[in-house]
Amino acid sequence: MSVADKKIGDVLLKVENISLSFGGVKALSDISFEIREHEVLAIIGPNGAGKSSMLNCINGFYHPQQGTITYRGEKRKQMKPHEAASHGIARTFQNIALFKGMSTLDNIMTGRLLKMKAGLIASAFYKGPAEREQIVHREFCERIIDFLEIQAIRKVPVGRLPYGLQKRVELARALAAEPTLLLLDEPMAGMNLEEKQDMCRFILDVNDEFGTTICLIEHDMGVVMDISDRVVVLDYGRKIGDGVPAEVKNNQAVIDAYLGVQH
Amino acid sequence: MLYRESGQYKTTYGADQAIFTIPQDRVFFALLMLVAFVGIPLVATNYVYTALLIPFLCLSLAALGLNILTGYCGQLSLGTGAFMGVGAVAAWNLATRVPDLNLVVIFILAGLVTAAVGMFFGLPSLRIKGFYLAVATLAAQFFLPWLFVKWGWLTNHAASGVITVPPLTLLGWSIDTPMEKYLFALGVVAILALGAKNMIRSNPGRQWMAIRDMDIAAEIIGIRPVVAKLTAFAVSSFYIGVAGALYLFVYLGSAEPDGFGINLSFQALFMIIIGGLGSILGSFLGAFFILLLPIFLTRVPPMLGFDLSTALVSHLEFMVFGALIVFFLIVEPHGLARLWQITKEKLRVWPFPY
Repeated sequence: MSVADKKIGDVLLKVENISLSFGGVKALSDISFEIREHEVLAIIGPNGAGKSSMLNCINGFYHPQQGTITYRGEKRKQMKPHEAASHGIARTFQNIALFKGMSTLDNIMTGRLLKMKAGLIASAFYKGPAEREQIVHREFCERIIDFLEIQAIRKVPVGRLPYGLQKRVELARALAAEPTLLLLDEPMAGMNLEEKQDMCRFILDVNDEFGTTICLIEHDMGVVMDISDRVVVLDYGRKIGDGVPAEVKNNQAVIDAYLGVQH
Repeated sequence: MLYRESGQYKTTYGADQAIFTIPQDRVFFALLMLVAFVGIPLVATNYVYTALLIPFLCLSLAALGLNILTGYCGQLSLGTGAFMGVGAVAAWNLATRVPDLNLVVIFILAGLVTAAVGMFFGLPSLRIKGFYLAVATLAAQFFLPWLFVKWGWLTNHAASGVITVPPLTLLGWSIDTPMEKYLFALGVVAILALGAKNMIRSNPGRQWMAIRDMDIAAEIIGIRPVVAKLTAFAVSSFYIGVAGALYLFVYLGSAEPDGFGINLSFQALFMIIIGGLGSILGSFLGAFFILLLPIFLTRVPPMLGFDLSTALVSHLEFMVFGALIVFFLIVEPHGLARLWQITKEKLRVWPFPY
């Protein structure tokens, strides 16, 4: 599949003039970019450039002091993380944030909680609606398990899994919510070549089959240039580049940020 | 050889999500229930009921309640004793002030009152975690027993401050012999334990465990921490309140309301630590261990021919008890429930090593 024959739609999320500071430290200053429907957007930049902070702003974990985020035509200054989740924004974390005491299946089912309705009393009785609901959603989760090829570990507590599989389970948990926008914070950090290839395949498949819009942060330039439709480059909290991979590769500011420049 | 899963296929997700997925487990549990409901009443003496089985049931229900909050939702609480007191006082007031109220209704209402009180004292959990939260629940532990004594209306201005339970009847069944009390308590505990298991294996349980394991990630996948934590406090307090009502109604019979002190809280906490945090079975095993051990320690030396003075026995009891707790925590920090799990895993391949 090439980038050309993929249908990229309208603007899904628009970030305008976001500034975020912690005390005197400016994490982000005056950042604007947009994410279009059905694209894979990569955010890159050297360490401390503000990439993770940017994701945290999008899914409501940080509240920027200035600027607005327009998501599906709705402009907002800030929202709570669980509100972002209920609007279809899911994410994974740079340091894996799974529920370590629970099995793979339970982690994925937890990712699906937003779609489930049974309350305390119905759950306590279990028989009837609560049980039917569990089974219906279990079927959906099993599809994700098949999709990501983690059938063998569905009953294993995630604390016991190796790193690469934990990353995959985290992706599965994010997918369980059927997100419109999926934010991936370094999905391939610390993986070997085969694991990276698998993860790239999964990301492209998710993008392709579910039509999920993906915004990812990644340090492996080979991966970024291969799988992303557009790249946004941050450095010291400012945006220094934005465009298709080929453009960004030849952008002088980006080259300077990565390779350094003589002062 | 007997306990193995090979050759047992599950063809529906419903079968895979059952409480006991293996027939051997189902048979074992059915036998256990048969012994509890039929076998024990055939053989047990009044001493066994009043000294062992009835307090075991009451305290294991309290431990189960605390386990929901601490083991599953990760919120440390030291207010168990006080919440048991709330349940007991509420149930007593309902029983004496509202004539002819069904015993089951009394217990449910007492649980609901405790749930409301528990949610109120759970509010600090929205801002603070861990040991700091434990100290905040300690406030409940000191405030509530004080309130029971100070607010005379709660004990109907009894001069001695002692509340005595009226005779118990349930739909014409008058519950007065120890055996009947045991069966009633067993019924209540069995139903509530099943309810707890059901909650744990579906939505509420997953919410609580998500908050326990990683609260930030839980919030980001759409769980509202306020709702999850407060429902954990409510459900936990409901269980503890019913346990307190049972403790007063079928075990103590009469009590001073300030008797629901911090010792009871610590006892419940030890039960879940030794039994296993985040395990329903663990609540029962822990309660059994904590209650049985002192009885065991006082009775065994005389049987072996050691004639020890009572003072020495009671001191010895504390020492052995302390040493055993430390030993357990070192050998198996995940409690007796984990030991049971390991045994089952070993049994799957027995007699082969793997």
